[in-house]
Amino acid sequence: MQSFLGIFDIYLLEAVINGILLGGVLALLALGLNLIFGVIDVTWICYAELVMIGMYGMYYLVQVFHLPYWAAAPLVILLVALLGAALHFLVIAPLLTAPPINQLLATGGVLFILQSFATVAFGIDFRNLGIRLPVLALGEMNFSYARLLSFGAALAGMIGVYLFLTRTFTGTAIRAIAQDRQIMPLMGVDPRRIYLVTSAIGGGLAGLAACLLVLQYDVHPFVGLSFGPITFLICVLGGLGNFIGGFIAAFVFAEIISLGGLFSDLEWGYVLAFAFFIVMMFIRPAGLLSRRS
Amino acid sequence: MNRQTAGWIIGLLALVALPFVHRDPYHLHVLVQILIWSFAYTSWSIMGRFGLVSLGHGGFMGIGAYVTALLWNHLGVSPWIGIPLGMATAGVLALIVAYPCFRFRITGHYFVLVTLALSGIVLQVITATRDYTGGSLGYTPQRAPSGKGLLALQFDDKTAWYLIALAVWVAGLVIWRAIDRSMIRHAMEAISEDEDAAAAAGVNVTAEKLKITLISALMTALAGALYCQYQMFISPDTVSGIAVSLQMVFAAIVGGVYVALGPTVGAVITIVLAEVLRISFGTKAVGWDNLVYGVLLVLFIIFLPKGILGSVIDRIKSPRKPSRGHEQQTVPIARR
Repeated sequence: MQSFLGIFDIYLLEAVINGILLGGVLALLALGLNLIFGVIDVTWICYAELVMIGMYGMYYLVQVFHLPYWAAAPLVILLVALLGAALHFLVIAPLLTAPPINQLLATGGVLFILQSFATVAFGIDFRNLGIRLPVLALGEMNFSYARLLSFGAALAGMIGVYLFLTRTFTGTAIRAIAQDRQIMPLMGVDPRRIYLVTSAIGGGLAGLAACLLVLQYDVHPFVGLSFGPITFLICVLGGLGNFIGGFIAAFVFAEIISLGGLFSDLEWGYVLAFAFFIVMMFIRPAGLLSRRS
Repeated sequence: MNRQTAGWIIGLLALVALPFVHRDPYHLHVLVQILIWSFAYTSWSIMGRFGLVSLGHGGFMGIGAYVTALLWNHLGVSPWIGIPLGMATAGVLALIVAYPCFRFRITGHYFVLVTLALSGIVLQVITATRDYTGGSLGYTPQRAPSGKGLLALQFDDKTAWYLIALAVWVAGLVIWRAIDRSMIRHAMEAISEDEDAAAAAGVNVTAEKLKITLISALMTALAGALYCQYQMFISPDTVSGIAVSLQMVFAAIVGGVYVALGPTVGAVITIVLAEVLRISFGTKAVGWDNLVYGVLLVLFIIFLPKGILGSVIDRIKSPRKPSRGHEQQTVPIARR
């Protein structure tokens, strides 16, 4: 009995730590989405599909053009950042005055476009980088370097965005416009430019997430559906536009998925996470960190 | 009897007579699909037109399909009982999620995302219980022994299916019309304009929203069960989940959410487009139909938010003011 508990605890600890590692990437995704929501007030339903395109970018640069991983990653981040700016310019900008639901549904259309574009252009085969990072054995627990690396890079990315938002003029303008959309134009800030920059940063974060996720998962046209919904729920749980709330919610979700997956199948982890989300919506509709009105 | 009613009756008679005149099985197959999906899209629009944009309808459809099929395969319960049970399950789930939503006034983005979580849950539960449901590989209701086709609601004859689907589709339109003429519509329109004002005017906001959600969920579950009985194969990706929910939203918006036949027009366009692409390009067409859908969806939301049929009807009703459609582009699907 004693030894059974011992093994059990090791697995539990491993699951907890893996949850934290997963949470890092989720937090990165949530940050990008939150930034866009906080500043432009739109929800990009197709956010995970941008990540998917980035993952294909990595696959082609590394596997087909034989670039080293470290050279391919910045290119992909740039590519997805451009894609984000284009998305804003082509789809969101014409709808800025339309009701929010219409903007959300239009990005739903973009989701179809990107998914089917990937199907048409890349086929439905599962592809991977062919990079297998070693596994770190710590006592009886095993962690993949891919996850550790992702966690570290995600944290670095988030810190980078934080510094950009607090230390630069453009960053300050972005935060200001998130606080008050009407006043900022009067202060000499061009909101259109800020929106474009924000979309590009949001896209760049999706690109970074793509570089990290492609180390752990195979890419296929529908890969976005496996973590896209989770990302929205994290953002809503943390309070849309609330960066810190999103950060915390990402880890809460990742732990639920990881621990749920420990006791049963991974799908049940997701079911638990979704159910937890719905219940939380009723308890704290405006997000984890909000005070109840 | 005025001209409009006469038009409806003649059109309906023509549709009923069609399979007896034109017996091409492929054409009938496409028509049955159009009718079943039209019914599903109409169900979505019944609440979607009042600004209650739900991405959870994929979940309701999946429940209708899977509950019916599981009861038949595992317990031998006839779909005649299974379908109402499936609908009831979807209805109960809709109420469980919708009541707190409406009670705590979760609207707009938040409502969309809560319902998105709902269809995510249904998809994951179906996949996770793969010992019973076959998981992502899909599920097939067992063939009924010959002579028991009626009991099992399984027909080899396409004409029978065509007539069933037609009847259900007409029932959907009748429900739409009944709501269109009832107090619920006025209440819901007031609510979608301004919840507080509606409540102040004596509208029971929560109850009205629940009513419309329940009707919509029950109908969607029925559509799922019919789809299952007709296709004799369901998989989590074809009847549940977020992709199906988005597909409903897309077709309804392209056709027009605010007019009775709008979702039907959307279904005709999407299914005919998919079939044409499939026939002309074969397996190379995989993905192209969705690519065209996506582009259309974005263009429609930007330029024609009332949908094809809605805009056409607007033109006919006020030919002198062709620019009206443009001015009304901001007609909200929802307000927050």
